[in-house]
Amino acid sequence: MSLWKIALRSLQYRRLASGLTALSISLGVALVVGVMVIHAVVDQSFKRSAQGYDLIVGAKGSRLELVLSTVYHLGKPIGKVPYDYFLELTEGRFAPEVDLAVPCCLGDNYQGYRVVGTTPDMFNELEYRDGEKYRFQAGENFGWGEYYDAVIGATVARKTGLKVGDTFQPGHGETAEQGEKHSPFTVAGILAPTGTPNDRALFVNIEGFWEIHAHGHYDEEQPAEGEPSSQQHAAEEHAAEEHAADAAGRPDPAESGGAGDSHAGAGDAHSHAPQAHDHGEPQLERHVTAILVRTNTKRMTRAMALPKIINQEADAQAVMPAEEITRLFEGIVGNIQKVLLVFAVLIVIVAGIGMMVSIYNSMSERRHEIAVMRALGARRMTVMSIILLESILLSLGGGALGLLLGHGLVGLLAPSIMENTGVVVHALQFQPIELVLIPGLIAMASVVGYLPALIAYRTEVADSLSE
Amino acid sequence: MLELRQVTKSFTLPDGSPLHVLDIEHFEAKAGEQVVIVGQSGCGKTTLLHVIAGICRPDTGRVLIDGWDVPVLSEADRDQFRAAKIGYVFQTFNLLPAFSALENVMIGMTFADGRADRDRARMLLERVGLNHRLTHKPAQLSVGEQQRVAVARALANRPKVLLADEPTANIDTGNQQQVIDMLRGACEDENVVLLLVTHSPEVAGQFERVERLEEINRVLVKRS
Repeated sequence: MSLWKIALRSLQYRRLASGLTALSISLGVALVVGVMVIHAVVDQSFKRSAQGYDLIVGAKGSRLELVLSTVYHLGKPIGKVPYDYFLELTEGRFAPEVDLAVPCCLGDNYQGYRVVGTTPDMFNELEYRDGEKYRFQAGENFGWGEYYDAVIGATVARKTGLKVGDTFQPGHGETAEQGEKHSPFTVAGILAPTGTPNDRALFVNIEGFWEIHAHGHYDEEQPAEGEPSSQQHAAEEHAAEEHAADAAGRPDPAESGGAGDSHAGAGDAHSHAPQAHDHGEPQLERHVTAILVRTNTKRMTRAMALPKIINQEADAQAVMPAEEITRLFEGIVGNIQKVLLVFAVLIVIVAGIGMMVSIYNSMSERRHEIAVMRALGARRMTVMSIILLESILLSLGGGALGLLLGHGLVGLLAPSIMENTGVVVHALQFQPIELVLIPGLIAMASVVGYLPALIAYRTEVADSLSE
Repeated sequence: MLELRQVTKSFTLPDGSPLHVLDIEHFEAKAGEQVVIVGQSGCGKTTLLHVIAGICRPDTGRVLIDGWDVPVLSEADRDQFRAAKIGYVFQTFNLLPAFSALENVMIGMTFADGRADRDRARMLLERVGLNHRLTHKPAQLSVGEQQRVAVARALANRPKVLLADEPTANIDTGNQQQVIDMLRGACEDENVVLLLVTHSPEVAGQFERVERLEEINRVLVKRS
């Protein structure tokens, strides 16, 4: 019979007190696990969300807000940059340093989910995670000429019930309550879940986005004399593009007229650039909220200087999203997480002290039992070890229960986290730091078990036997 | 096998004055011998057993068991010696409440050499008629059964000396004889010195050698 078994039997004998003590430890551990897992997953997700591009170019203003509104669909967009500036990146003076530029227009929502005007490059060229291209669970990406087509994120599809072929009308503003309804867009594709904020957004063709903002309300939209309506036009463009695609194996922007491929005339940059669509408004009036820029790795030195050059000018700013997010985490989120972690650890410590009190209180009624063990030949160190093992078993039992509870809690919260943040969390998402929990608990158990163990050590056999 | 020479033991009273309890010039028991110690309450019977078991050290003198001089051993060695060479049956049984009858017998083996011989523990319990009570906790056993478990536990490590401190004081008459018979039979079988403290003339009357502590303890002789 090992000392472990002796300690376990003693705990079983006081199962109510032992169970409550272990439960208090498990609650602390569950909180620690919950905080650690959710923080680590959110941290990874945030840092991974801006993948596939190096820079975000947008209007001057808060760098963090530009990143949050563009990448995470949080907060309000800070402003607009002229479309000409986008062309500077794809065809103009910055083109040699730019491998890909994807425009984003913000300002609309559908049932509270952000509507982003962009180009098909968003899903054709960018990755949502290292080496992970966007995939479609239904339908496909919208084409360059399909102005009123859209791609929606997996969460949006699930929450709104939109399917491929359905239409939706974005409302103006960032929240569901705001704004009047725009022209409808047709769902061309539904993204497979990515675990990024894009699961919670709808992406419409930027041409359509511009058009609904140029013409205002859907009902107000009137085609110019002798010109088809924008939707008709879009359909025609789409047909033209399909025709070109059939002929050349890919869309031919020159023929489509509504969307262009700028890489032919933009040096190294191969980005597609939407062309000014002739509806009476000049190209100069077009704006974008942000531009996702993948720099040209073949011109690394100049590409690295690009943000500095852009930032020195008055037109726009260039921010590195990874840098901003790291700053956000280190500055605010990291501190909040540290505070939560400190609280959770304090709960474990308080539970540990509770465990010490529980064992300590039991010692007065166990003096006789310990004296009997000593009379049977147990050494002082043996009885001390038994008490310490009891403390360790309680901690480990509480810790194991806490791990289960913590991960169960994460599993329970996962759908809500996914819905509200787009971050995919799994109950069985273990973090390496959890490995520290077990030795940490053993160390704590040894410390808090020491005092009762010392009482066991000092128990005088002859005196206690006669009690 | 068991020999006490010039053993004295005293305790310090709260006022600082000494209370002399034992002063035994010589006491000896041969292997397999069964001795009853009788005496009035407070005459030092339990202290004598504690000194022999190494639970407490005498102030002076030697306690020789199986060639070992117990008082000169360190406390840890005395514990080890006690686990290996001494069996102890208490008046109040002192079974550990968290453990089954079988585990109560095995736990003493664990303290002796870290290994518990389950077969021997089972055999000892069968010998005291408790083969059907192996997994029962002390609270589930009758008083007589508890003392029989205590007897099995005392014999677990094949001791050289078995000390029984009024083993029948808390059990009914029917069980008293059973326990005495078990103790005597087991000690005979395993050639163990039995030192049995009792107040009962009926129990004492069954033994060939009965020692009155008042006669061998010079503290008491002086008082009288």
